Amino acid sequence: MADPTESRTRSSLGARAVLLAAAAAALVTLGVVALLVNIFERKQEARNPFYRVVELTDDIEDPAVWGKNFPLQYDAYRRTVDQQRTRYGGSEAVPRTPTQADPRSVVAQSRLEEDPRLKTMWAGYAFAADFREERGHAYMLDDQTFTERQQVTKQPGTCMHCHASVYVPYRTLGGGDLIKGFERMNQMPYFEARKLVNHPVACIDCHDPVTMQLRVTRPGFLEGIRALKAAQGTPGYDVNASATRQEMRAYVCGQCHVEYYFKGPEKRLTYPWAKGIRVDEILQYYEENPHDDWTHAETGAPVLKAQHPEFEMWSQGIHARSGVACADCHMPYTRVGALKISDHHVRSPLLNINNACQTCHKWPEAELKARVEANQERVFGLRNRAMDALVALIGDIKDARARGVPDAELAGPRKLQRRAQFMLDFVEAENSTGFHAPQEAGRILAESIDYARQGQLALRPPPRQR
Amino acid sequence: MRFLPIAAAASLGVLIAVGGYTFIYAKGYSYVTNDPAACANCHVMENHYRAWVKSSHRAVAVCNDCHTPPGLVPKYTVKAINGFNHSFAFTTGRFPEPLRITRMNFDVTEKACRKCHQEMVEAIESPVGEKNRLSCIRCHSTVGHLE
Repeated sequence: MADPTESRTRSSLGARAVLLAAAAAALVTLGVVALLVNIFERKQEARNPFYRVVELTDDIEDPAVWGKNFPLQYDAYRRTVDQQRTRYGGSEAVPRTPTQADPRSVVAQSRLEEDPRLKTMWAGYAFAADFREERGHAYMLDDQTFTERQQVTKQPGTCMHCHASVYVPYRTLGGGDLIKGFERMNQMPYFEARKLVNHPVACIDCHDPVTMQLRVTRPGFLEGIRALKAAQGTPGYDVNASATRQEMRAYVCGQCHVEYYFKGPEKRLTYPWAKGIRVDEILQYYEENPHDDWTHAETGAPVLKAQHPEFEMWSQGIHARSGVACADCHMPYTRVGALKISDHHVRSPLLNINNACQTCHKWPEAELKARVEANQERVFGLRNRAMDALVALIGDIKDARARGVPDAELAGPRKLQRRAQFMLDFVEAENSTGFHAPQEAGRILAESIDYARQGQLALRPPPRQR
Repeated sequence: MRFLPIAAAASLGVLIAVGGYTFIYAKGYSYVTNDPAACANCHVMENHYRAWVKSSHRAVAVCNDCHTPPGLVPKYTVKAINGFNHSFAFTTGRFPEPLRITRMNFDVTEKACRKCHQEMVEAIESPVGEKNRLSCIRCHSTVGHLE
């Protein structure tokens, strides 16, 4: 006869083993089911890249409607409201008391306060009144509408070209003709044109509503790139018919992130690329097609304002050379479930090094950031020297005027001021502190310093009379 | 008491059934093959697969040639370890992006280069010794697949 206690022990041991086996089986089953559900979800996601909830047409400009078909892209697009600093760029949210004229309760930091030399450079121009760090796409229309520059000067409707979604308004105004609408809005006063637009840049400005293919909708770029390609030996270039998909990933950004001016009394927005896209070629264009943005208040020089020439600077850099487009770094691919989409939260790659840089550059984030900032630090140092040189030249011309030096003798130094100032501003206004093309930025600044100092030398009395 | 073994057996049965179904649904059998398309079953590998199709090695090496060691047992051991790790990582969502190769898999690929290029590599490596060996992909990072 077996001992009853022993048999009880054995049976309780057996029960424990069975329990343990059941628990283990349950646990593994749990894991397998989780895996199964996960695989199922990914397969479902991969089946349909998007669901057509609304029928999009070429007349729907509201991005919220587009967002119903493309919620992931739309969510990211809305995040351009973020304000985050990088070492040399990015905006900081600065609170302000709203007024009747300017209802904004948050703005970006003032660049004029950060560097008062800018006021000297822009003396007599609206930018000397108010110039702040650029904010994200979401603010482009408000920041343009409420800047103090609107109060010190009368701006034309041309500005809408890049501060609002104009594709639908242009076509409405032109009776279906984009270019006619563009020409009409250019000639309106700013605030009259402002009533015709509703959104900051929207889906329709870069995408075809049916195929979602990238497309250029801005007349300024359509005409600008045609002029540039003609200069390079390809006349009659139609960007929407001829550009590759990868080119388009830069061209849609180049619709606005470029140097421009308002040509003639019709205030036609023009990209000065008919001689080429480098700063010297642009300057040469402005010599051959005489244009100045304003007359400098302190020196009387006919000067130019450079405007955010990101596209031009990028085109001179190693990334452009390697076929890397704007969107590759500023809207890098990101994975959401089984889908691969472009991150529509357009921002500085420095805020997203992982996706923006490390796809190609397999180094630690800290290392990559240090490399970028080393480049920028050098460019920023040169920029400060160029700024000092320019301010010194402006001071010298001002003194010479006060001494009664005739205009004929000031023509040379003024011309040098115009060159030095445009070249400096070309790097200063460009939103990468030189990163888009570090060597080119360095060259431009070095030449700017040289022109400023040449201007000062020209004002010195000839050696014999000393 | 008496129901316990039945419960355990039932739960094991459920595991086998669900496991078997998952195995078939997820094309588990394809992982036993050498077909590179199997590696892209999982959507995360799609870009690597497409990049391999365009790479210089597409005609001479499939995924398994570089990412598994030679020999039947080592090969399937590495496959099993990776299979478990990948299932776990993708189910829990705990993995870094861009993806980074683990130490074990890195060593496998480094050895794989030498399987074919031993003669040339020996001339480079014999003077520096085992300890100071260079990594092939430090320079040739795009030979297998760009991404």
